[in-house]
Amino acid sequence: MLHDCTFFTRKEILQLHGRFHELAPHLVPLDYTNQPDIRLPLALIVSMPELKENPFRNRIVEVFSEDGQGNLSFNDFVDMFSALCETAPRELKTIYAFKIYDFNVDNFLCKEDLEKTLNRLTKGELTPEEVNLVCTKAMEEADLDGDSKLSFSDFENMISKAPDFLSTFHLRI
Amino acid sequence: KPEVLSPEELEKLKEEVDERKKLISTLRGKPWPMRKKLLTLRESHEFVEKYEGALGKGKSRKLYAYKVMMLKKWMKFQRDFENFKTACVPWEMKIKEIESHFGSSVASYFIFLRWMYGINMILFGLTFGLVMVPEALMGRPYGSMPRKTVPRADEANAMDFAVLWDFGGYAQYSVLFYGYYNSQRAIGWLKFRMPLSYFLVGVGTVAYSYMVVIRTMARNANEDGGGDNNSFNFSWKMFTSWDYLIGNPETADNKFASITTSFKEAILEEQESRKDDNIHLTRFLRVLANFLVLCCLAGSGYLIYFVVRRSQKFALEGLESHSWWERNEVNMVMSLLGMFCPMLFDVISALENYHPRIALQWQLGRIFALFLGNLYTFIIALMDEINLKVNLEEVLKLNMTIWEASLYNGTLGANSTAPPITVHPADIPRGPCWETMVGQEFVRLIVSDTMTTYITLLIGDFLRAVLVRFLNYCWCWDLEAGFPSYSEFDVSGNVLGLIFNQGMIWMGAFYAPCLPALNVLRLHVSMYLQCWAVMCCNVPQERVFKASGSNNFYMAMLLVILFLSTLPAIYTIVTIPPSFDCGPFSGKSRMFDVIQETLESDFPAWFGKVFSYASNPGLVLPFLLLMVLAIYYLQSTSKSYKQANLELKKKLQTVSRTINKVLTLIQYLLYSLCGTLSENLICTKLCDHTSPLPLSLSKKIEKRRVGNTEHIKERATIKFPLLPPAPRPRGATESLGPYQVTSGNQHPVFRGSQTPRDTEYDCCHRCGNGKHFIDRHRPP
Repeated sequence: MLHDCTFFTRKEILQLHGRFHELAPHLVPLDYTNQPDIRLPLALIVSMPELKENPFRNRIVEVFSEDGQGNLSFNDFVDMFSALCETAPRELKTIYAFKIYDFNVDNFLCKEDLEKTLNRLTKGELTPEEVNLVCTKAMEEADLDGDSKLSFSDFENMISKAPDFLSTFHLRI
Repeated sequence: KPEVLSPEELEKLKEEVDERKKLISTLRGKPWPMRKKLLTLRESHEFVEKYEGALGKGKSRKLYAYKVMMLKKWMKFQRDFENFKTACVPWEMKIKEIESHFGSSVASYFIFLRWMYGINMILFGLTFGLVMVPEALMGRPYGSMPRKTVPRADEANAMDFAVLWDFGGYAQYSVLFYGYYNSQRAIGWLKFRMPLSYFLVGVGTVAYSYMVVIRTMARNANEDGGGDNNSFNFSWKMFTSWDYLIGNPETADNKFASITTSFKEAILEEQESRKDDNIHLTRFLRVLANFLVLCCLAGSGYLIYFVVRRSQKFALEGLESHSWWERNEVNMVMSLLGMFCPMLFDVISALENYHPRIALQWQLGRIFALFLGNLYTFIIALMDEINLKVNLEEVLKLNMTIWEASLYNGTLGANSTAPPITVHPADIPRGPCWETMVGQEFVRLIVSDTMTTYITLLIGDFLRAVLVRFLNYCWCWDLEAGFPSYSEFDVSGNVLGLIFNQGMIWMGAFYAPCLPALNVLRLHVSMYLQCWAVMCCNVPQERVFKASGSNNFYMAMLLVILFLSTLPAIYTIVTIPPSFDCGPFSGKSRMFDVIQETLESDFPAWFGKVFSYASNPGLVLPFLLLMVLAIYYLQSTSKSYKQANLELKKKLQTVSRTINKVLTLIQYLLYSLCGTLSENLICTKLCDHTSPLPLSLSKKIEKRRVGNTEHIKERATIKFPLLPPAPRPRGATESLGPYQVTSGNQHPVFRGSQTPRDTEYDCCHRCGNGKHFIDRHRPP
């Protein structure tokens, strides 16, 4: 049933299960027919090689977890990789990208969200004035309705024109 | 499930079942949490199964059930086929590893290589299956005809490795080259039309290549959505610069550094004023640089011409009397030019002082011009040789009649027929087959190009890496950080090399059917060798500047090369008569006569008539004119659509701002006219944030209230005269009994803090609505 809900084939889902099991072999059972409710904590998931170097790894896992704290069940795990895989459509990726960059989970990308994103991207190498300038300019460019924060429609409008979005916002497993 | 349903209920039920089925098929694209998706899936499946059976009645029910079952089986088959197709894609793991180490731009080269490999496989399939195999299996065997036999004089060294490496000897007289093919109209028990097949395969390879390239360009253009909008510079840098595929710590560090650098550069550009000091000097330098480049290009063109002329002279004198260098001069010179001129262009471009992306585009354009110039000079020199050989043919034909007469030793009179003397085919003199010569030249060029590439790779990358790594221990300065250091993978140079290689294949495939096979082998080896070299000897690029926003830049180059490389082949097919004694078109006056012949003999008479009417210039010219007009029309409508798009965007911005203002006005009108109750109600109902999906109008009101208190204040004080009453003294807020409990409104309330605040009125922290405080404490 999982392969109707995701962009993976049956073989890929089995491979994913293998990876999930590797993360915590004593916790994750090999047999999923009884639908056990096992959740792995955030710290284990972000130790995966695909996510280890990503500056947004914590946010990604939090977005796909049901409790918002980063504890993923196997279904959520598959969902995460499916939404970020190559065959996922642009609209779906845009929705999840918006959720990931929304650090304070208020459904808007306000200036603090932008500043946090920028600091994670540059690892604090930019001076505060430069950070301010970049965030102001980015806000100016993308904010269509002038409320000094980006709603989903502003974000979507901006990302739909970006040539690199699909090729960079994609995890392969 | 009631057995009897009225027609309307049946219709409704059917609609619902269809809707559920649609939901199931689009479920994977919905942004819901997995639990919700699985639940919906289960429910919809149950619903569909339960009611599907009820929709058919009697006999038609059986048919309906049968249809549904066949549909399910078909979907399962499709899914299995998709699984199979993805499992068949080669080198997926290798590319993934490279991606995680070097990022997506280096990996895009390998994905391009793999795509080329696919195209060449198809071309190989066409030439091998429809040209080489039929002739090998059903045609006359080796040694039965003069064109299929090594001449007696060359027999002694026909098997030598040196001769075979040069594609002479047995390699020349085989299915690999044009000259081997017989011109018999139908061969074997299948009556396979060999000459027709040869011609059509030649045309088919070009047509297929055009189709694939244009289809890929169209697909890329669609994905872009018209990506020529530069107005989101900073936003894109912020949200699309991190490459999620990176899994390697070193690469990640490099990426962080490059992102920081790119932001700093963008900030600098933004802050700097647009003053161009010394614009005249810059312009003069740029003109000088272009002049130097033109000199280089002219110089290299002349060099190639000179070398080809010299090699023709050597050939006339006999190749054995010259050294290896002199024999392979042409290929070596072309490869060396291809290696050193780009470096020269790089140095010259330091004069120009362009933005790195523009400099990269100029560099690529110049290298493109260099390769093109070299290739065309080579072809012109080749044309000279062809003409020479064609003229030689006349002389040889004369010699042959003399030789035949000498066979009979003058024992016969002029008009008598005699039993033909059997002569071994190896002894019969044969004409200078120019087509095989052309094929051989191309094959040699490609082999030497391949060798040069691999040797440059091994020396330039591998040897350099080994030296830097091991000499570093005993060298005065840090080799790894300083001068030589490890090499970076040059994406654009490699892509250009690949494109030109393919151009040469397209040019020569008509005269040497073995070329696609050779190319498949070459690409296969390249893939493994370059994957190994990249992982072993290269470091990730420090600054990633793509030549363009989309992949269409390289596709466009490929299209241009395709066009330019098919031109010479078409020219030779149409103007030069084929050799009289070799190849599948021998004996005809022009190669395309084979089409005429087929139409006359294999098709009914009326077909030939129709075809002759259709190819009448009176019909073809108006048709061409119509196509040109259609292109012009489509071009102008596309321009007007782009214009309309821009204007709509501007309108969208103005309208959004107007709506914003109107809604804030409504908000304050409501506040000042309605009472406490209605405001509270509005606040609780609207302060409920759940989904990130595009907001409808009612929720837009909520949007206005949420967020920065300063923002609301600004609008209130500047725009609207209907201000709320003056704020009451600080002390009153602290004794807000009811407001300590958050029961009424579901959000935490910002209690008046000890620090002095500069807002005019206390606001609800969650929704920015100032009403709850103020209305409770209306000033007297």
